[in-house]
Amino acid sequence: MDMKREYFEDVQLFGSGTIIFWFVVLIGGLIMYPFLFPNYYVYVANYMAINVIVAIGLNLLVGFTGQISLGHAGFFAIGAYGTVALMSLVGLPFIIALPLAALIAAGFGFLIGFPALRLEGPYLTILTLGFGLTITLIIGKIEILGGRNGLHAPDLSIFGWQIKSDLDFYMLLIPITIFMAWFARNLVRTKIGRAFVAIRDADVAAETMGVNLAYYKTLSFAISAFYTGVAGGLYAFVLRFIEPELFSMIMSITFLAFIVVGGLGSIMGAITGACLISWLDLQLRNILDVPYLGDWLNSLSQSYFSITGCLNIQYIVLGLIMVLIMVFEPLGLFGIWIRLKKYWMTWPF
Amino acid sequence: MLEFFQMIVSALAVGSSYALMALAMVIIYKTSEVVNFAQGEMALASAYFTFMLLEIYGFSFISAFILAFVFSLILGAVLEFAVLRRAKEPNLLGLIIITIGMEFIILGLVSWKFGADQQVFPFPIGPYDSIEIAGTFISNLELLSFAIAILVMGVLFVFYRFSKMGMAMKATQQNPIAARIMGIRTKRIMMLTWGISAMVGCVAALLTAPILLEPFMMWGPMLKGFSAAVLGGMTSLPGAVAGAYILAIVENLFGGYISIEFKAVVAFAMIVLVLWFKPSGLFARHYVKKV
Repeated sequence: MDMKREYFEDVQLFGSGTIIFWFVVLIGGLIMYPFLFPNYYVYVANYMAINVIVAIGLNLLVGFTGQISLGHAGFFAIGAYGTVALMSLVGLPFIIALPLAALIAAGFGFLIGFPALRLEGPYLTILTLGFGLTITLIIGKIEILGGRNGLHAPDLSIFGWQIKSDLDFYMLLIPITIFMAWFARNLVRTKIGRAFVAIRDADVAAETMGVNLAYYKTLSFAISAFYTGVAGGLYAFVLRFIEPELFSMIMSITFLAFIVVGGLGSIMGAITGACLISWLDLQLRNILDVPYLGDWLNSLSQSYFSITGCLNIQYIVLGLIMVLIMVFEPLGLFGIWIRLKKYWMTWPF
Repeated sequence: MLEFFQMIVSALAVGSSYALMALAMVIIYKTSEVVNFAQGEMALASAYFTFMLLEIYGFSFISAFILAFVFSLILGAVLEFAVLRRAKEPNLLGLIIITIGMEFIILGLVSWKFGADQQVFPFPIGPYDSIEIAGTFISNLELLSFAIAILVMGVLFVFYRFSKMGMAMKATQQNPIAARIMGIRTKRIMMLTWGISAMVGCVAALLTAPILLEPFMMWGPMLKGFSAAVLGGMTSLPGAVAGAYILAIVENLFGGYISIEFKAVVAFAMIVLVLWFKPSGLFARHYVKKV
């Protein structure tokens, strides 16, 4: 095992040369990716990248600070509607509208954080859940935001660079995603990040040690909401059309599934979880076209279930993954990775 | 004034289904500290099971309803035994995730089996028959739900207060280790708790199904029931019932006098306000962590 002898070894961004190597490989792969795969897969990558941003933000709140949120679809909706409205109604450029909308989302996160100071468990759950449902309902009633009919995203250009295709958007989105991940990775190594972890592990003890609970809990909500807001604003341009029904409770639950599957309290876990679940989400929509499995499901549906309800298999798969991960490996994919690493490092013992 | 009474009367009817769901959630939360998000879908499964018996196999109402109760009892017990008990060192978030996962599994299975379309649930009382009491109209179904809700509450009260099993449940909830030492099989009690809670949920679903039978039908009652339970303090049965009726009345009056559009969210706004001032709900003592 690699033993850490100095404090600075514990807090450095890249633990070893191996990690730097793989990071460079990852960056190279991300640059090459759109030229190697057809357009649909670029769209898939965009979809994943947005979910990665949400997962990182949610993990800062749930995994690092130990608060529960079932209302992140609300922040996501604020980000999406905020960006589109600021651009098409106020006429701000994208580069200002996106952070501004995310700041609005962060403001709401801050407000939610206040009652959350005194709440925990089921009380916090219902509060965040209610927030998520309320926000989408209110947005659906505002005529200027398109009401039930939704909004079309305006044309996107940054300093004269017209962003039209999925490829262009990929070029914009991936640097943002990497920046957000890097920022989160740095954040959890600072005083703030460690205050979050202290609150998660024992809030009373943390307060005794001088961690300002009110400040850090609301900050955690605000940062998490900011991340989700940024992702929401970008999501509006991936879909090019947004409507209130998109931001349902199922979306909030899917967000939670990202980090549960990936691993609570780990940035890398959030990234892998988000990629895996969003890939599954897209694949399960046409599960009947998969060779062999699709035919088998088809005949199974015909004899015991119904063909029309066959698409609901995606709920079953998502639910099964959540239950199995929580029952057998509460730390998710990250936990499996740690176990594997330990196994090979100490092999053959 | 008549309008006001009409609103109260229909609030009492709606409140009954919230109250049943709230009771079901509180029963589980009290004993095992699990916020059971699968409650609505467990009830949904029972409703569709009854639907299948009645529509496809042609059972009579009495036998179908009795079988539905047995089914829900078994379903609840099996879920506790097969899933919840297997969880390793679960924390609160983990338990919530597990129940949400179960919710999705049941929802997926039900809508795979029966399709996502709305179905018509055969019921001895039609949803549109109503009677008039002193100028206010109340449908027979609403009257029935109210009566049954009161009946269920009474039965639960008697069960918890006077039966040996109910006492054992209370003991388990207060101190599991001491209860075990006294010879109570706490694990079995836990299973039974889930079964009973599923049965209460099943009653709610059977009363909702004649109005609306589709895979998402229990989401509304479940969320409102959960809100009501939180309003009442999450650990007290009478609190949950009171919370449910308060919620329904406020919701209906808000819908009638202020804005029908935002009726659906007033429950959550109210929860936020109440929790702001009383973080443990209206009827529970605030729990302060001992260090």
